[in-house]
Amino acid sequence: MPEQFLFAMEVILNGLMAGVLYALVALGFVLIFKASGIFNYAQGVMALFAALTLVGIMDGQIPFSHIINAIFGTELHHFGWHVPALLAIILTAGVMVVFAWLVQRYIFRHLVNQEPIILFMATIGLAYFLEGVGDLMWGSDIKKLDVGLPQGINDWIDVTTFEAFGYGFFIDNLDISATIVAVFLVAALIMFSQYTKQGRALRAVADDHQAALSVGISLNFIWVLVWSIAGFVALVAGIMWGAKSGVQFSLSLIALKALPVLMLGGFTSIPGAIVGGLIIGVGEKLFEFLIGPMVGGATENWFAYVLALLFLVFRPQGLFGEKIIERV
Amino acid sequence: MFYRESGDFSTTYSEDSQTFPIKFDRYRYYLVLAVAFLVVPFFINDYWANAVFVPFLIYATAAIGLNILTGYCGQVSLGTGAFMAVGAYAVYKLMTAFPEVSMLIHVPLAGLVTAGVVTIFGLPSLRIKGFYLAVATLAAQFFLVWLFNKVPWFYNYSASGQISSPERSVFGIIVTGPNTEAWAKYMICLIFVTLAALIARNLTRGSVGRKWMAIRDMDIAAEIIGVNPMMAKLTAFAVSGFFIGIAGALFFSVYLGAAEVGESFGIDKSFLVLFMVIIGGLGSIFGSFAGAAFMVLLPVFLKNVFVGMLGWPTDLAAHLQFIVSGGLIIVFLILEPHGLAQLWRVAKEKLRLWPFPH
Repeated sequence: MPEQFLFAMEVILNGLMAGVLYALVALGFVLIFKASGIFNYAQGVMALFAALTLVGIMDGQIPFSHIINAIFGTELHHFGWHVPALLAIILTAGVMVVFAWLVQRYIFRHLVNQEPIILFMATIGLAYFLEGVGDLMWGSDIKKLDVGLPQGINDWIDVTTFEAFGYGFFIDNLDISATIVAVFLVAALIMFSQYTKQGRALRAVADDHQAALSVGISLNFIWVLVWSIAGFVALVAGIMWGAKSGVQFSLSLIALKALPVLMLGGFTSIPGAIVGGLIIGVGEKLFEFLIGPMVGGATENWFAYVLALLFLVFRPQGLFGEKIIERV
Repeated sequence: MFYRESGDFSTTYSEDSQTFPIKFDRYRYYLVLAVAFLVVPFFINDYWANAVFVPFLIYATAAIGLNILTGYCGQVSLGTGAFMAVGAYAVYKLMTAFPEVSMLIHVPLAGLVTAGVVTIFGLPSLRIKGFYLAVATLAAQFFLVWLFNKVPWFYNYSASGQISSPERSVFGIIVTGPNTEAWAKYMICLIFVTLAALIARNLTRGSVGRKWMAIRDMDIAAEIIGVNPMMAKLTAFAVSGFFIGIAGALFFSVYLGAAEVGESFGIDKSFLVLFMVIIGGLGSIFGSFAGAAFMVLLPVFLKNVFVGMLGWPTDLAAHLQFIVSGGLIIVFLILEPHGLAQLWRVAKEKLRLWPFPH
C-alpha cells in the first residue's frame, strides 16, 4: 500500500479517538439542552472544574488556601495526605452534585420561562464565575492528572500493523481507554434513561415540560438530576482531557469545540453528539494532514467551526436534529 | 422634584421627536459633552488616560456596535474580538501604506473594511439563528485570528508577527505612537465615540432601527408585515461592523500601540464586549456607555482594593475579577435583564415624583 494512504489511515484513527473526547463533552450539552432547553455554555468549564477538583482532592490540597493565606497571612497549602483515585472520583462526583443543586436553586429557578438566549448568556456568566472559583479554590497552575489510566503508545497495535503493512500505527493507550470509557458511559446513560423510573421521568420532561408536570414529575428534581449527570459526564471528559494534556485553562477552550460538534449532530440527539464528534475529530485531523501544510498549519483551531457553519447553511437543524418548524 | 419636566411644552413635531425631548435631559447632555470636550482634556494625565478614559471610550464604541447587532437586531455575536482585529489590521495596513493621510480618514476607512468583512460573516444569519448563529460567529472569531497570524502580508512581514502603530498625526498633533500626549489620545477617541453614538442613536430611532427591532422581536412576523429580513439583518451586521472596526482601529493604534492578534483580540475580548452590552442594557445606547464604564472600572477598582489596600497578590485579584464579573452577569440577568440603562430609567421615574410615592 502507498505510504501516504497509511499515514492518512493513522490520522483518521487518531481523529476518531479525538472525536470521542469531543463527543463526551457534547453529550453533557445535549443532556441539559434536552431536559431544560438551556444551552449550557459552561459545560467545558464544568469539565475543567471537575478535573481541578479531582486533582485537588487526590493531592490533598486545601481548597481556597491561596485566599486564606492572603487574608490571614498563613502558609497553608496541603493536608499532607493522598486520596486514592477511585475515592477521589466519588468525592468529586459529590461536589458536582452539590454544584448542580446550587446552579438549579440559585440561578435557573429564577430564570424559568426566560428566553433561551437569556439562559445562554446566563451560562456564559456561570462559566466565568466557575472558572474564577476553580482557580481561587485550587490555584491556576497547570496540574498533572494521573488516575492510573494506561498511557503512551500501544505496542500491540504498533507491532501488528507493522507486520501487516510494514508501518506501525501510533495510537495512544489513553485514547483507547477513553473510547472504552465513552462507550460504557453512553451505554449506561441509555440504560438509565430507558429502564429506570428517574430516567423515564427525565425523558418525559425532555418531551414536554407541562405534561410531565401534570402527571406529577418534579421538574426541580429532574433539573438537578440532569445537571448532576451533566456534571458527571463533565468529570469523565475532564479526566480524559486532563490525563491527555494536563489540567489547565485551555481545557475549557478545547471543550468549546463541542459546540460545532453539536451543530453538526443537532442539539437534541445523543447519537448526533457522538457521530458529530467523530466527524469533527476525523475531519480536522485529516484537513490538517492534507491541506494544513499548504496554508501554514494550525487549522485545527477553526476547521470545526467553519465546517459546522457551512453545514448549517444547508441543513439548519443538524444531522439528527428535530425539524425546525416556525410559526408566528 | 429633582427631575423636572413641568412647563416643558413642545410646540413643533421636531421638538417633540428629538433625542432628548425633556429640557432637563437636554441640558444635562450638553453639560456632559462640554465637560468631556472642554474640561477633561486639560486635567487628564497618563494614568487616567490609559487606565480609564481611553479604554472606556474605545470599548463604548465597540459596545455600541455590538448593541446594534445584539440589542437592536437580536443577532448574538461572539466574534467581536476578531471583528475588532479586522479594524486594527485594516488601519495598520492603511497607516503604513498612506503615511501622509490623516487618522481622521484612516479610522473610518478601517471601519468600512470591517463592515464589509462582518457583512460576509453575517450572511449565514439569513439561514440560521439563535445559538446556531452564536456558534457560527465563533467560526469568524477563530478563523480570522488564525488568518491574521498566518498570512504575513497582514503584519507587513515583520519578524515578530506583531503589528505596531507608527507615529501619525491629525492636523499636526501626534495621535498614535509612543510620543502621544494623554489628551491627544483622549480627544481622538472622544471624537469618534461621540460621532458613533450620534449616528447610532439616530439610526436606531429611524426606519432602519425599527426594522431591526421588528426582526429582533419576531423575525417571521416582521417579514409578514413587510420588513425585508435580508436587508435588515445585513445592515445591522454592516453598521455594527463599522463601529466595531473603528473601536478595533483605535484600540490598536491609539491605546495599545503594538498588538499580537491572539492576545489582544482573542475570544475573551468578544465576551468582554458582550458582558458590557448585557450589563449596560441590551438595546440602549446609554447602556453601552454604562456597561463599558462598568467593565473598565471593575478591574481597576478590584485591583485598587485587593492589591492596593489589602496587599493581596495580583493573580488573586484576577481570579476574583472572573468571579465578580461572571456573578454580576447572572445577577443582572435575574434581577434586571435590561441592565444599568433600566436602573437609570427607574431612577429617573423615582426622581420625577420624589418625595411622593405616586
